[in-house]
Amino acid sequence: MSVVTSYARALAVREGRAQPVATVRHLHLAADPLVFIPLRLAGEAAAPLGAMVGSHPARPHLLVVPQPRNRDLRFAFMAELARIMLPYIEGRAAATETVPGKNERERYLDAPQVIVPGRGAVEFVRLLGRSTRFRSADGPYPVDPAVPVLGQWLTFLYERTEFAGSSALVPMTEALSLHWATGQSPMEDANLATLLAWICPPPGHTGQEAAAAAEDPVRWPPAGPDTDPGFDARVLRPAIDAYDASGSPEPVREALRGQLEPTWRLMWQAVELLRGRPEAASVGDRWAADRDRYTREVARVAEGGPPRGRRDQAGSAAARLWDMESARQSYDAQRAYDDPLVMAEHRATGKAFAGEVVHVDRERTILLPGGKKPVSRPLVTVRTADPVRLAPGKKVFSAHRRRQSGEVIELDGDLVVVQLNDQLAKGAGVPGVGDAVCFTELDLGGRIRPGFPAAEETPWTHGGPPAAYVPTDEDAKEDWS
Amino acid sequence: MSTSTERLDALRGGAAPVDHNARTVAALAGNPGCDRRAVLDAAGISKRDTAVHLGHPAPFGQSPFALARARSFEELVKADRCAHLLRLLREALGLPIPAIAYLDIPQAGGQATRELRHARTRKELRQAAESAVRDGSGDGTLVDHPLFTLPVAGHEVYLDPAVLAVQAGSRFHIVEIKSFAVIDGAADSAQVAAASRLSAVYVYALKAMFAAEGIDPGLVSHEVVLVCPKDFANHPTATLLDVRLQLAALRRQLSRLTRIDRILDRLPPDLTFSLEQSPAELARAVRAAEARYAPECLSTCEMAYFCRSDARECGSLEVLGRVTRDDLGGLDSVDAVLDLAADDRRTASEHDEIAEQLRHVHAIYRAHTAAEAVVA
Ligand code: SF4
Repeated sequence: MSVVTSYARALAVREGRAQPVATVRHLHLAADPLVFIPLRLAGEAAAPLGAMVGSHPARPHLLVVPQPRNRDLRFAFMAELARIMLPYIEGRAAATETVPGKNERERYLDAPQVIVPGRGAVEFVRLLGRSTRFRSADGPYPVDPAVPVLGQWLTFLYERTEFAGSSALVPMTEALSLHWATGQSPMEDANLATLLAWICPPPGHTGQEAAAAAEDPVRWPPAGPDTDPGFDARVLRPAIDAYDASGSPEPVREALRGQLEPTWRLMWQAVELLRGRPEAASVGDRWAADRDRYTREVARVAEGGPPRGRRDQAGSAAARLWDMESARQSYDAQRAYDDPLVMAEHRATGKAFAGEVVHVDRERTILLPGGKKPVSRPLVTVRTADPVRLAPGKKVFSAHRRRQSGEVIELDGDLVVVQLNDQLAKGAGVPGVGDAVCFTELDLGGRIRPGFPAAEETPWTHGGPPAAYVPTDEDAKEDWS
Repeated sequence: MSTSTERLDALRGGAAPVDHNARTVAALAGNPGCDRRAVLDAAGISKRDTAVHLGHPAPFGQSPFALARARSFEELVKADRCAHLLRLLREALGLPIPAIAYLDIPQAGGQATRELRHARTRKELRQAAESAVRDGSGDGTLVDHPLFTLPVAGHEVYLDPAVLAVQAGSRFHIVEIKSFAVIDGAADSAQVAAASRLSAVYVYALKAMFAAEGIDPGLVSHEVVLVCPKDFANHPTATLLDVRLQLAALRRQLSRLTRIDRILDRLPPDLTFSLEQSPAELARAVRAAEARYAPECLSTCEMAYFCRSDARECGSLEVLGRVTRDDLGGLDSVDAVLDLAADDRRTASEHDEIAEQLRHVHAIYRAHTAAEAVVA
């Protein structure tokens, strides 16, 4: 999949520590992200057991469910979580900016950023959202009114993760793996403790030694949402039994504090590591998309918009799919444009080449098919050591002057002739002899989504117009046992 | 056969053999190239105890909460002589079951009773099949805790009786009860995939049993009935799971499994994996059987930490995962990769293409990380 990453993994083994695979940081990092480490009871789909949450390393909030099988205690936990998360999430809706253009709109200058340990926690966020967003503050099974609101926001955060490059809900192990390659397998990289052990081994130890030590679940409890089975048997079960017998949640609190604190420290250590990298050029644009989505969601929730349905409707699913693919394409391209180490991969596989300009034909003009007046189409000859696999006629883009496109005209040994097609006003976009340039077939995308039928025009092949989703009492009182 | 059985008994060194289950068979098929695992499993040696003795205990364990949850859900589904289950089979799946006989093969432990239970399973299912063939859509039969055997690497092993078999009309289905939730019609794909692989093992075993009894194995459906809790509640729901793909993979891989005799022939004649010896001696013995470590072993084989440590010791690329191994196709060690990458002399080799890419990456990589190295 990536020769650069694989090479860096091999190097990490020899050097005894993780090796960088990025020169810049490819995600947004808030000044005060909300770190959220949820735990669940083993064997249950979505029974919260506890969580550590907060936006300051020195002030973690510890929440526990002393008897996870008790439905009322679960909702009390969600209400408490809402009291911490909602002010953080809703509090980002303060100052706005005006986004000019065809679709002129207001946009909040900030948006929430929630960081969780890994993919498992992201999935758990989805389930917590799903199990609470349909609840109702009145009716036969009333819950705290903040609970369904939190459910909507957790759902929003989860859905952002389906769009590549979003920084709204970040699984930390994946954020780190985007920047460092370790000497272990990707499967083992999903363990936050071993991943960090490879990235910053303690003095006098290799990454491998540090990672082996970090595999001990007693010293480094799993980052959740699943707890260590040994901990469940030896510590948690007696603590829950004690709660059942005495009504005191303290033993469960202390047990979970011990499980969560090490991960809490690792999470903030990782935040600082990422903060130490300079932000990549396109991160601001992608964060703006997160802020756009957040702005819309704030308005929707304020208007009392219904929670997302249990399933996608055909029309919106098709549009979402298109958006997801287009986000993925721009994200992959942007990272390459922003970062020479990411571009290295494309150069190694021949989809990009870098080199020095050895000749420029600035004055060249050609007659376009059907055109009457010759237009300027300068030629640039580049000497490169890269194994170019772009055939003549291939459309390419300049990595240095984003959005300037061109076309490969000729390949001759280590020389590539490129014709520049745009951004040529007054010759400004033409490099000079001796300049370092890089051309690639990677397209930054950013096209307008083609029209998908509106919900009411869904073709009958896709089930016809869907009935609008209206949450029912059934949903509100759904069992959570 | 008997000689290899004697060899396997000797390898076990007097300890009682451990049971196979569908998970171990599925995992075995998942790494068919590993002689070490094939021998340990065929001999019924406890890989868990072996790993502990070697000082590399496996990170496997199940939470008492998960076990309790699985047990209570199974009890719920099977309560009142499987009342829930029958309703699901009839309603949700429309299986034509007018009346049904419920048969439980009693669960008593021990090697001796395993044969009896296996014989009983065979007899009940044969009778059900015969009556089904005789009078078409006759009454159904539900067999709980059936004990199947399966030939693995030329050796019959017993399978944990963790499923049910149901006969409805002239079709037989395997029924698997799992406690992971189906939420809004979708379940965790990894868990569904694992359940499909396990069920396929039972379908395969049931087909094999029919074939051995002279009954048409085609009567066994490749659709498995998977019973899971629905949404966040405890209510069971049933789905038909098509396991044809898993079945084909299992069949292919089991047939490819090197026959155990061939592996045994390559091992020293006096070899034993007895836990009576010192860890160092046991490690030497285990190393006599060739391993094929991959990170996937970490979730499927109790020997994984031991094999990983050996693989790391010799600088194997396998420890870095399949993607890396494929990226660096053909090269097998960390040193080979890095030496090739740093080799400016462009020594001609069979790895020309990857070598060129590596040299290229090496050069770019050096250029862009050198600055940082100075800082760090
Ligand atoms: S862990 Fe070792 S014995 Fe088990 S399958 Fe992998 S290589 Fe074979």
